[in-house]
Parts: sequence; C-alpha cells; structure tokens
Amino acid sequence: MSKIVSRRRFLIGSAASLGAIGLTGCDDITENQNVQKVLALAEGLTMGTQRLLVSPQALAREYTDKDLSPTFRSNGTDNPGSEDYAAMVENGFSTWKLKIDGMVNKPMEFSLADLKKLPSRTQITRHDCVEGWSAIGKWTGVPLGLILQSAGLKPGARYAVFYCADELEQTLDGSGRYYESIDLIDAFHPQTILAYSMNGKDLEVAHGAPLRLRVERHLGYKHAKYVMRIEIRDKFSDLWGGNGGFWEDRGYEWYAGI
Amino acid sequence: MADIDATGAPPVHPRTMYIRRHSIVTRLTHWLNVLCLSLLLMSGMQIFNAHPALYWGQYGANADPSWLQISATDGDTQPYGTFRIGSLTIPTTGVLGASKEDGEWTVRAFPAWATIPSYQDLAAGRRWHFFFAWLFVFNGLIYLLYGFVAGHFRRDLAPSGAEVSPRNLWHEIVEHARLRFPKGEKAKRYNALQKLTYLIVIFILLPLMLATGLTMSPGIDAGYPFLLDIFGGRQTARGIHFITAWTIVLFVLVHVAMVILSGLWNNIRSMVTGRYAIRTEGEDA
Repeated sequence: MSKIVSRRRFLIGSAASLGAIGLTGCDDITENQNVQKVLALAEGLTMGTQRLLVSPQALAREYTDKDLSPTFRSNGTDNPGSEDYAAMVENGFSTWKLKIDGMVNKPMEFSLADLKKLPSRTQITRHDCVEGWSAIGKWTGVPLGLILQSAGLKPGARYAVFYCADELEQTLDGSGRYYESIDLIDAFHPQTILAYSMNGKDLEVAHGAPLRLRVERHLGYKHAKYVMRIEIRDKFSDLWGGNGGFWEDRGYEWYAGI
Repeated sequence: MADIDATGAPPVHPRTMYIRRHSIVTRLTHWLNVLCLSLLLMSGMQIFNAHPALYWGQYGANADPSWLQISATDGDTQPYGTFRIGSLTIPTTGVLGASKEDGEWTVRAFPAWATIPSYQDLAAGRRWHFFFAWLFVFNGLIYLLYGFVAGHFRRDLAPSGAEVSPRNLWHEIVEHARLRFPKGEKAKRYNALQKLTYLIVIFILLPLMLATGLTMSPGIDAGYPFLLDIFGGRQTARGIHFITAWTIVLFVLVHVAMVILSGLWNNIRSMVTGRYAIRTEGEDA
C-alpha cells in the first residue's frame, strides 16, 4: 500500500506543479532561450521532411480564372510611402531598376520594360498567409531561374536575397527594411517568378508594384513585395538579425512551407 | 477457488484483485499524448487568434463570407466580444472576442489564459504547435506500431459482432447514463462503447487532425495535391481542423468525467502503474 500512497503523492505533486506551470510559467518557458532552441528543432525537421517528401520540381496547384478571389487582400505594407518610392509611382516606375548582384558572373540591371520583354509565365495560385487566410490570384512575371542563368552563379552561391523598398519599422541600421531570402531549390523552381502583373493588370502599389516575388509552396511573407535588388549570397547570417528575412528576424520560420 | 456456483454459501465478502490493465507502451504514449494535445490546443488557439474566422472552399479572407467568426466591437468603456456561427451570433464578452489580459480589456478571439503564450505572438504559437505536432506524430507512430504488432488493437479494442449489436449498444448506453459501470469479470475488458470511442479517436479523429493540418501546408499541397481534393480546399481543411480539435476536446471531457465517475484513483493508477483493481462480490476461497 505504501508504494501506492507514494505514487499518489507523486501524482498529486506532478499535477500541482504542472498546474503551476500552466498558470504562471508558460510565458516564462516561451521566453527561455534554451526552450526556444528546442522548439526551433521542429523547423529543421519540417524542412528536411518536406524536401525529402516533396520533389524539388513539384508544382503548387494552379487554379482557373473562375477560382480567383473576388477581393485579394493586401497585407503588410500597403504603400512604402518614401519620397523615392512616391517619385517612382509618379513616373510609372520608368526610373525603377532591378539590380542583380553578389555572387554572379555578370551583375545586371533591368528596367520594367526590359523585364516585360523577357519570356514570361502566368500562373493562378493560392496565396496562404501565415495568419491563416488564403486568396487566389493570377500572376505574370519572369521566371527567376531565367534571370539567374543569364547572370551566371559563382561557385558557392546558395541563396537569393531580396531587398525591398518598404520599411516596416523606422530604424537607423536599416533592420526595419523588408528583405527575404530563398535557397536555390526555390529560386530555380518553375513557379518562382518575379511578377509585374496581377489579375491581368500591372501590379498595384498595395500588392508590391512594380515587382514582387512569387515563391509558391511558401507562406505569404516569403513573397517579398517592392523588390529593388536581388543579391546572390553564400549565407545570410551576417544580414541584420541573421535569420534571412524581416519576419524571420522577428521569430517566424525561415522555411515557410508549413 | 470456489468459482462454481456454491449453493448455501456463507456470507459474501467483496474481494479486490489486481490485474495488469495497461502495457508500458500504452501508458507512456497516453501521457505523452496528454501533454501534446494540451499544448497543441493552446498553441492552436494562439494561431487561430491571428485570423479568427473560418471559410469553406479553396480561399477565404476578410472580404469573403465566413461561416464562423469571433470578433469584437468597440464600446464606450470596453470592447464587446461576439461569437458567430452561420447567422447565429452569441455575445461572449469576457471569454471570446474581448477578454481581460493582465487586468486590461483586450480584443482577442480566445482569452489569454487559454493560449500559449498568453499574449498575442503568432510566431511563438507556431513554434509550440509544430514542435508538439512532431512529438504527437512520433508518439502516435510508436503507439500504432505497438497496437498492430503486439496485438493491442486486436485483443483489447476490436469489438465482437455481439458487442456492436444495437441491442447491446443500447444496453450499455443506458447503463452508462445510470452511471452503472461493469464490475467483476466484465470490468477486465473495455465495454463496446469504450472500444468504439477509442477506435474513432485513434483511427479517425487524430489522423484527421494530422491530415487537415498538413493540407494547410503550401509545401505539402504541392507534393500531395490530392489532399486539397479530399478536403475540398485549404480553407475547408482549416475548418475541419478546428471542428475536429473541439470534437477531441469533447471526447476528453467525457473521458475525464468517466474516469472520475468509474473510480478516479483506480483508473489513474492503472494508467500510471498498469495495475487495475477489480472488485468482485465473490465467495471466499
């Protein structure tokens, strides 16, 4: 019997301490750095498993015109609002240039007209926000792989980093500026395009004019809007928060396939 | 042992005998599941709070009609919360839509005491959710492997034809409603209601949570687009994920109530140590 009693005591003790954690400790546990590291292990597992179970070439589902969302919600920045950006809106982005540099053999610049002359891809895909909502839109743009091929990647190149015109937080070091990064598997995926058109019209300011990334198979925050420059790099740990993106530096997963 | 009918037997004394009810695998996976499901529910509510509306179909966002929504309206001194399902709107101030966080009125779907972390932090909620989703998957795989290989499902959970006859099921429902639980020899095994309920949870509800969760992943959808066809779209899958989660909560509430009513300590001991006491009103040996 004494064994059972001690087990009971153990149970009551465990239940009481679990209850105490439940009442006061969850936030402390959440903020504990070691707990964070353990919880973050799941991201590597998720990415590894998805890379293993989903072919690098597997396409996100493409929908038809009748599936388009009647209203495509804009999220994050609606308008970068800076003087430089306002001036470009004013002149119809005729002075805007996309720069491709970093670990490439041939750094390049493209005007919007240049991009529109290149071979394009049109796809009707579903945009999944990390918050939980989805919207279906029709996107036309240049496959990123095509541009990277013409620029030519140097050995050791691993990531494409996108620098954007919008600044979500005003900071001195520029860490509030939007940026994103993807690996070369996603950069060369057939549906990864630099989109200048949405639902058959030029991209609106609220949706990232003049150019946004579409990296289907990832959540919305990877689809950088207002793209100004693409830098090819071997790492991103030396950029601002070191996590490869504006939201990644604020706790969101770099691998956003889930 | 005078098990056979002994007529004219002396006064009957209740006896207690212990049987080994739950294997070590069942016990470990059960408690790990308690941990996983609790944290998955709390972090799931945190994630839901980021966009507290549900839609049917492939897409759904603010401008689209939702079938369920938790929202708040401004008042002079405090916000007022409402829960809407279809066209039915229920005031839920204090719990859903608007509730107090550190003494301050806050607009949030599920209240701070129910979510992890307590404050609004979608990124942290997702980290908790996916970590415990993985643990839940590993735990479930071990349990399923054990269940099939060691014969746990066949031996303990598969009901016989007689057990699932309408007559027997009705009899058990009536007995349960009267809170009369099996004793003696019958208490050694699960009754048909238990078997069916556990089978539904193990083979339908929990796998459905996983499958609808995976359908919300844009990466998995690319590799396995049939998931979108099975569930009728990502937003429908999100709704089924929500409904199934609360169905599991309902199961847990009934399960815990039954555990308490049919002998709290005996049940808990059997799920911790494996030993389960059977009381028989048998004769002395």
